Amino acid sequence: MLHLVVCIKQVPDSREIRIDPKTNTLIRQGVPAIVNYYDLHGLEEALRIKDRFGARVTVVTMGPPSADKALKQCISMGADEGVLVSDRAFAGADTLATSYVVAMTIRKAEELWGPVDIVFCGKQTLDGDTGQVGPGVACRLDLEQLTYVEKVESLNLERREIIVHRHLEDGVERVRARLPVLITALAELNEPRRASLPGVLRAARYRPIVWTTNDFPDLDRSKIGLRGSPTIVSKTWVPEPRAITTEYISGDTLQAAAEALVDRLFESPLAEKLGWVQGVRS
Amino acid sequence: MADERFDAIVVGAGPAGTAAAYTMARAGLKVALIERGEFPGAKNIFGGVLYRKQLEDLIPGWWKEAPLERKIVEQRLWVLAEDSAVTFGHRNQRYEDPPNCWTGLRVKFDPWFAGKAEQAGAVPIYETVVTGLLRAGERVRGVITDRDDGELEANVTIIADGVNSLLGKQLMVHREWRPDEVSLAVKEIIQLPRQTIQDRFNLEGDEGCTIEIIGNTCGMAGLGFLYTNTDTLSIGVGVMVSDLKKKRIKPYEVLDALKRHPMIARLIQGGEVKEYSGHLIPEGGFNSIPALCGDGWMICGDAAQLVNAVHREGTNLAITSGRLAGEAAIQAHQVGDFSARTLAAYDDAIRASFIYKDLKKYRHVHSLLANEDTQQLFDALPRALNEAAYEMLLVDGVPKRDKQRKAIRRLKEAAGGAYMDLIRLGLKGWRAMNG
Amino acid sequence: MSADSVKKEPAKRRKPMVGLQPEGDVDWSAYRGVLVVVEQRAGAAKPVSWQLLGEGRRLADKLNAPLMALVMGHDVEHLAREAIWHGADRVYLCDSPELRDYRTRPYSRVCLHVIRTFKPEIVLMGATYTGRDLAGAIATHLPTGLTADSTMLDVDEDRLLLASRPAFSEKMLATILCKQFKPQMATARAGVFEALPRDPSRSGEIVVVPPQIPPEDIATEVLEFIAANDRVNLAEAEVIVAGGRGLGGPAAFSLLQELADELGGVVGASRAAVDLGWIDHRHQVGQTGTTVRPKLYFAIGISGAVQHVVGMQNAECIIAINKDPAAPIFQIAHYGVVGDLFQIVPAITAAVRARKAAGAAAGLQNGGRDAGGQGLPLTATGAGPGPGRSITGGE
Ligand SMILES: Cc1cc2nc3c(=O)[nH]c(=O)nc-3n(C[C@H](O)[C@H](O)[C@H](O)COP(=O)(O)OP(=O)(O)OC[C@H]3O[C@@H](n4cnc5c(N)ncnc54)[C@H](O)[C@@H]3O)c2cc1C
Ligand SMILES: Cc1cc2nc3c(=O)[nH]c(=O)nc-3n(C[C@H](O)[C@H](O)[C@H](O)COP(=O)(O)OP(=O)(O)OC[C@H]3O[C@@H](n4cnc5c(N)ncnc54)[C@H](O)[C@@H]3O)c2cc1C
Ligand SMILES: Nc1ncnc2c1ncn2[C@@H]1O[C@H](COP(=O)(O)O)[C@@H](O)[C@H]1O
Repeated sequence: MLHLVVCIKQVPDSREIRIDPKTNTLIRQGVPAIVNYYDLHGLEEALRIKDRFGARVTVVTMGPPSADKALKQCISMGADEGVLVSDRAFAGADTLATSYVVAMTIRKAEELWGPVDIVFCGKQTLDGDTGQVGPGVACRLDLEQLTYVEKVESLNLERREIIVHRHLEDGVERVRARLPVLITALAELNEPRRASLPGVLRAARYRPIVWTTNDFPDLDRSKIGLRGSPTIVSKTWVPEPRAITTEYISGDTLQAAAEALVDRLFESPLAEKLGWVQGVRS
Repeated sequence: MADERFDAIVVGAGPAGTAAAYTMARAGLKVALIERGEFPGAKNIFGGVLYRKQLEDLIPGWWKEAPLERKIVEQRLWVLAEDSAVTFGHRNQRYEDPPNCWTGLRVKFDPWFAGKAEQAGAVPIYETVVTGLLRAGERVRGVITDRDDGELEANVTIIADGVNSLLGKQLMVHREWRPDEVSLAVKEIIQLPRQTIQDRFNLEGDEGCTIEIIGNTCGMAGLGFLYTNTDTLSIGVGVMVSDLKKKRIKPYEVLDALKRHPMIARLIQGGEVKEYSGHLIPEGGFNSIPALCGDGWMICGDAAQLVNAVHREGTNLAITSGRLAGEAAIQAHQVGDFSARTLAAYDDAIRASFIYKDLKKYRHVHSLLANEDTQQLFDALPRALNEAAYEMLLVDGVPKRDKQRKAIRRLKEAAGGAYMDLIRLGLKGWRAMNG
Repeated sequence: MSADSVKKEPAKRRKPMVGLQPEGDVDWSAYRGVLVVVEQRAGAAKPVSWQLLGEGRRLADKLNAPLMALVMGHDVEHLAREAIWHGADRVYLCDSPELRDYRTRPYSRVCLHVIRTFKPEIVLMGATYTGRDLAGAIATHLPTGLTADSTMLDVDEDRLLLASRPAFSEKMLATILCKQFKPQMATARAGVFEALPRDPSRSGEIVVVPPQIPPEDIATEVLEFIAANDRVNLAEAEVIVAGGRGLGGPAAFSLLQELADELGGVVGASRAAVDLGWIDHRHQVGQTGTTVRPKLYFAIGISGAVQHVVGMQNAECIIAINKDPAAPIFQIAHYGVVGDLFQIVPAITAAVRARKAAGAAAGLQNGGRDAGGQGLPLTATGAGPGPGRSITGGE
């Protein structure tokens, strides 16, 4: 059977994150945790493949014990198994260390449930926001890497071939690759499903599998957590809000206001930058 | 349809539903607890006072672990006129231990309570709306939800879906509430530094204080409240929906007026509004209680109008009714019969409890409010009381005897002009409050 | 087709393509200079590449070290010269048919070879889709630290790269260092840094790097590239006319399209409008859409939720049109018009047209700029709305 692995991360709901104006630090307390937006699109694509061809869908996440809630949500949508790798020693990981642990986890999942055919990641996380873990995992597992996928055009199991559309700034690229591959998912890929009632019931009782450092005999401890992370955050600060004085344009009528606005634009330095004609008013 | 069958389904993870689910799960029943919110309490609001006693019947010492705000050591009652107040209050060191009640926030309390039910074995089904009941003739055999394959069967369904009870309406035990049977409450949570709250309200540590407010409600039947939380204040006002309709005033305008009152403005000054919400409160009382059970179902909490509006008690009635429904379900489970006859044990238990007695005692309050001139009760009288107090206390060389006369005349005028009006109103009020 | 009927290849243990270990105790002091990886498609470089060379020049001068560029592709020799004209001292050029389309493996192979051989202390790439794809792979292989999406770059006296980037939905900025590994890598946003003026009198060295690409690296195939014409190129647009829930329905987007056509811009949207199905997701601006940095941004019927604002607040000029004077979008707008968009937007379009007609009549036509097809079409006759879609970035 196909084995699909979906990498997810539980992230704080960015709507709720505020900055403490006094200390200039993030207020994370009480911020609800959600499954990273893009990861759900990866999961949905895996579930669609499962619906069509039959597949085993394993969801993996590295995170704190409370991330089991995120895995349960994935189970409710239809994933078969959820693995949480959680250990103090993993904490403080940057993308390099994260991709190492996630790759190790997938290796172990392969030992249990067979070699993986497709790994799904999100385009990026809402908190880390790098999009680097996906390529990192692909490298470490020697998977073909298909990033920023907005459509899976076809999957041919006989030839073990997949054709996807990759989104680029200036167009789309149709790419054909041989399995196994790693896909990073964009929101355009699909619309994540709402869990069915039986799914919710299963999730309510489901206990995710939890692995700690002890479950990885070959783990190289110099590559995990803070120690295994080459990047260091040396400083954070809250940017000065751009000092903007909004100029409200009004006129006797909205038409007049619109004209005044256009006049203003054409007279501003912007017009030249945009190569606009300095039209004269007749 | 889910393959799985449950012994009991509870609709709504508010205080009533969760109490029922907890009771049954603890007794080993297979219980599903369905809640439409993202998690219990996500969207629920209430004024903020939780009482010790009734939940202690269920979870002894619950308050030592539950997320609570402040223990209430002082309760005040303010009768407001435009720029003044007559205040009453009671503070007592005996409330320190054990406390009588606390302020709380539903976003914190509800998830904790539901967590207890989950630990006891209830299966949480959240972000799921129950859209209807599965029926077999008269008998309720489960629920229909808004999820795919969303039907779920159980021997008994406990309806605890709150004041608007969609399911109560489907069972025809409810109709749409009349505007005079519900009040609309709006509430704001205002953030202030902990110490500021303690200084302004004369509190120490986790001590708290409540202020109930009469008057200054734009002449409508209603009560205001201002409660202290750890680092926020809850301020709100509930007014009869019928009055809002009559006067065409928006509820938040009433709240704004309250917030502008000089005595209140200084308490909330400098605070940041964190949250604004509105909710209905059942006010029908005793006369509006529907049938409480039938074949395969029971109804409890706000959905059954079990609220003591006079004493702003709701959660404790909800918790007790939920527990009693749960206990009736356990009995039914033991005998394997879920007909209306067996479940009538719930009805009996409610009748024997304080809920029934309290609501019965105040059963005339509703008609008093519905029939009397609310302008008079909630505006003219509070004003007159303030005027009277002012006259009495003003030292201006007028002999005290004349002052007293003048004060009584103020009250008399507000009541209708004659002594008899004042006496009649007083008697009515007395009767309404004492059954 | 049932998956069970398909025999799977024996589960052979795949080996990582390149070792993931740093080569023992390395002497990092040999690493010197700044390397910018030039991104191109079909022989045309992405503007961000020249912008990074501009910034790279500044860093290299501060470090007193060479600025290098890496040009990969097929028939891209001219870009090597361009790179010098944009500030590079030395260009590594790898030109090969295998490199015609961007593919992770062959490109990584070349990149890794250049980095390992010529040892730059800093490697910069554009934070584009391609740049992120490549940088993520390279940094893992080397291995080294990689800072994503930088918006500020600097070096300190210890030759450390200080790469600063927005974090937590742009609410904060963080400076990120990589002390123990070389090269120090960062991807950087397009439109943030200034390119140097192109100077064909500049000279520099071009080093040809032979492609050494094993056949297994080119198994993946780019079948087709569907270019921008019928697509929305928000990321590179100079003018964006964006609409939100205030548009009340899909129809009103045609009003925005008309204005966008007049201004040579692209139509954007808030998530609310996208979620309601009024417009395709690729138009979405914001945290879960595209982060944009145009010169001119119209926010029409958009309230200004943080998730939207983080995606467009760095536009040079923001114009908000909203009937609610208290809408948060006004807080970040340079110009605000309070009122009904259904009246204002057509009036603006008409006023722009009138302006252009007047300009044409006065014979003030000029060639305008043709960079990427952006900018206002300048002749009155040519200004009519195009066939429905906005044309951007078309080569
Ligand atoms: C402003 C205000 C102040 C108050 N102050 C106090 C006070 O100080 N002290 C006090 O004791 N009481 C107070 N009350 C009353 C108290 O809040 C209620 O009596 C009590 O919450 C009732 O509990 P319940 O479980 O019956 O209903 P609710 O708390 O309303 O819970 C019902 C639950 O059911 C869920 N639900 C509804 N329909 C569905 C559906 N179709 N499918 C799934 N789930 C559904 C809802 O989301 C909700 O979680 C106040 C009420 C208000 C509005
Ligand atoms: C995880 C997450 C990610 C998100 N990512 C994004 C994202 O990438 N991009 C994004 O945009 N949002 C995003 N959102 C959603 C965001 O929070 C807002 O919901 C959304 O931006 C609101 O869109 P809107 O401004 O169009 O709608 P509204 O907030 O409903 O605003 C509509 C505005 O139109 C005005 N209006 C109405 N009629 C007229 C008229 N006739 N004339 C003039 N003005 C009128 C109204 O006054 C109002 O201000 C995200 C949310 C979450 C939780
Ligand atoms: N801790 C983690 N556990 C599992 N997967 C992760 C983790 N962090 C990131 N990912 C995956 O990598 C993607 C990109 O993350 P990032 O590089 O942090 O932007 C995410 O969308 C996830 O699919």
